[in-house]
Amino acid sequence: MTQRIETEVAIIGGGIVGASAALFLRRQGVPVVLLEAALCGAKASGVNYGGVRRQGRGLEQMPLTQRAHELWGQLPELIGIDGEYVRSGHLKLAFSDADMALLEAYRDRTRGFGMNLELLDRRALSQRFGWLGQNVAGGSFCPEDGHANPRLVSPAFGRAASALGADVREGVRVTSAEHDGSRFIVRAGDELEVRSRYLLNCAGAWAGRYAESFGEAVPETAIHPLMMVTEPLPVFMHVSLGVQGGGIYARQVARGNCVIGGGRGVSSGPDLARPGRANVGALMANATQLLPVLQGAQVIRFWTGVEGNMPDHNPVLGPSAKVPGLFHAFGLSGAGFQIGPAVGEVLSELVVRGQSSIPIDAFRIERYTDAAHGAVARPESVREQTLESP
Amino acid sequence: MSIVMPVIIGAGPAGVRAAQALVAQGLRPVILDEGLRPGGQIYRQPPPGFKRSKSVLYGFEHRKAKAVHDTMQELLSQVDYRPGSLVWNAEGKTLDVLRDGVSTAVPYTHLILATGATDRVLPFPGWLTPGVYTLGGSQVALKFQGCAIGSSVVFMGTGPLLYLVAYQYAKAGAKVAAVLDTSRFGDRLAALPGMLRAPGLLAKGLYYMGWLRAHGVPLHSGVRPVAVHGGDRVTGLSYRQDGQTRTVDCDAVAYGLALRSETQLASLLGCQFEFNTRDRNWTPLRDAAGRSSVPGIYVAGDGAAIAGADAAELSGERAALALLEDTAAHYDAQRAQVLEARLAANSRVRDALERAFPFPVDWAESIADDTVICRCEEVTAGTLRHAARDTGAQEMNRLKALTRVGMGRCQGRMCGTAAAEVLAHAVGRKPADVGRLRNQPPVKPIPVRVVCLERPEKVST
Repeated sequence: MTQRIETEVAIIGGGIVGASAALFLRRQGVPVVLLEAALCGAKASGVNYGGVRRQGRGLEQMPLTQRAHELWGQLPELIGIDGEYVRSGHLKLAFSDADMALLEAYRDRTRGFGMNLELLDRRALSQRFGWLGQNVAGGSFCPEDGHANPRLVSPAFGRAASALGADVREGVRVTSAEHDGSRFIVRAGDELEVRSRYLLNCAGAWAGRYAESFGEAVPETAIHPLMMVTEPLPVFMHVSLGVQGGGIYARQVARGNCVIGGGRGVSSGPDLARPGRANVGALMANATQLLPVLQGAQVIRFWTGVEGNMPDHNPVLGPSAKVPGLFHAFGLSGAGFQIGPAVGEVLSELVVRGQSSIPIDAFRIERYTDAAHGAVARPESVREQTLESP
Repeated sequence: MSIVMPVIIGAGPAGVRAAQALVAQGLRPVILDEGLRPGGQIYRQPPPGFKRSKSVLYGFEHRKAKAVHDTMQELLSQVDYRPGSLVWNAEGKTLDVLRDGVSTAVPYTHLILATGATDRVLPFPGWLTPGVYTLGGSQVALKFQGCAIGSSVVFMGTGPLLYLVAYQYAKAGAKVAAVLDTSRFGDRLAALPGMLRAPGLLAKGLYYMGWLRAHGVPLHSGVRPVAVHGGDRVTGLSYRQDGQTRTVDCDAVAYGLALRSETQLASLLGCQFEFNTRDRNWTPLRDAAGRSSVPGIYVAGDGAAIAGADAAELSGERAALALLEDTAAHYDAQRAQVLEARLAANSRVRDALERAFPFPVDWAESIADDTVICRCEEVTAGTLRHAARDTGAQEMNRLKALTRVGMGRCQGRMCGTAAAEVLAHAVGRKPADVGRLRNQPPVKPIPVRVVCLERPEKVST
């Protein structure tokens, strides 16, 4: 027996993007049905490193990340919990003078976007962050970037949307989505059929297949950032650490555990990933190099997830080029946690006002669909990308 | 012909009997043992130099213990025995094994998981007071180093181990202040017909009870714990029985509610699991021979499902025969049938035992909100219940994400069962319906600076 629902906006995907879109739409009273295949915030949004960082993003993401920074500042009002969000500062390290020059150039390019980057030479670093390894050349400090707990934050967006009246359905796997000329028809097997005026494709690593079903094939791939966490240690570090060029990133939570990411897990099925034995050794070795204090610590867990990635590491965000009323927001390329709330807000603006107050042209889906799909076959960039790069 | 490189994880009764059957057909298995000497938990050997006889260490079971130890001794030249080896990760056909601070990749073509079990514990007020041990832990202290956990000990919980360990402590010279059984006398009476299938086991149980009673040890049934008393050290335990609350003085408490299979590796290797009603827990899906859902991986002993040491010997050998059969080696089909018949008989006795010592299903519900469930992360029962109520968490992994339960050093190995019971009660579902924690490597904590060998030795298959 198929249940049929009529609504204004249907959303596929209850990650931080889809759920925050639902939340902002409900704040304006728009009827919303959100369909999540698993549990809200259980996939990439909930298992990522938890970096809440503007530093390191490309110029095209600056307005979006700035807006997100404001939204993170209102997190308890938005989702009802603090999500362990702290503006601890984000320190990006350089291990060579060349990398230091890149950090300097980045600082110069991004002036005016409110990051207030502070360049620190080796001496200043060892004064302020004595626990760093000896081989650091310098760093760039972004005082108001920080970190949060994705396990708590991302599901809370779903709950907040639900509390404002969004019809949030978990464990509902969308099997088809189409437009019949007047309405979108989104089906979950024989169980459920949702008809809506607008459709938001926020399905993360699985979004490419919905885009393709609307005739907009894009070269989205799945990536599996590798993470590990240590046992609780005495707190020595408040900042979130990254490295110019990517490769490894680390933070310490209030309880004392160090969360460290770097490298990749491996796919273990169409929708699953695992840490991957080949890479965990490298991650441990890199971690003790970056943070010698970890020499005596124990790792208690490795994990990874499934994230959507685009070749240029920018999301696809904006209206469909083919189907009016369809909006895409996916492929956040391992750097979506911080901008997620702003992406959701942009989607709500696109629905309600027909335009975004933030420039999002760089994220148009046409940049791929127009390219005759040559890019689809393009192998993933060999340059190592992580949540913390570029 | 393809090369068969079998690996056995665990050198308890299941692992040793599996090795014996493989060696008999000319194979040379690698045996990875977390212990320092073979025997597993049940037939754990003291460190070299300890001079206690097997009959003192293992009581009625000393002949079985000796047989397992002797078998392993005879096999040593024909197997690759690696004691002190923690298998912390498993993927594909490779195991990551930590030994003396170095991690080595160990390849295999076939794998027998004989990983054993640990105590199943449910928390109660004061359970974190120094001096509170699990039943199995208290027995290990006695067997391994001749230590008692205290001089005046209360044994609480249910299962055959309860009376056995109490007896062993009393024999070793410790004062047994009381044996408090959560099951009722009527449970054991009702199980009597089934227990008659195993007259030896029944006689031993009755002997322990009789001996304890004859030596003035109070035995109580139908008991529920109220609280452990004491600050720096246990000073007593109060419990409820027939609506009355009583207190017994003691300086240590050993407690446990049967056992819980160690299944992390089976989980990492992608074996399917099923809810095992008798164990009230998730165990790997297997056929009568011990084949898991993954070809080439076999499960045996208490790590496959709780069945005790005798069954472990049988299931270890049976799994090895299945391995031989699957590799087209010679195997004794008749022996396989005999083993399966004995395992089936053992299973009927297990049914009776479960009836005699049922799991106290109401315990989890009565755990006070401020009682810590997950001691690694200091998560209380109240936190779990509130998360279930406020966020709609109905499933173990969701509960873990929202509360940190099972996220600490033990990764849910110790607290997972209790958390599942509390969640099931809180949301009005059966334990089978709240799922099981997904496992991630490492199985146990490993040093960050562990030296990893990047590539496994070559295997030709």
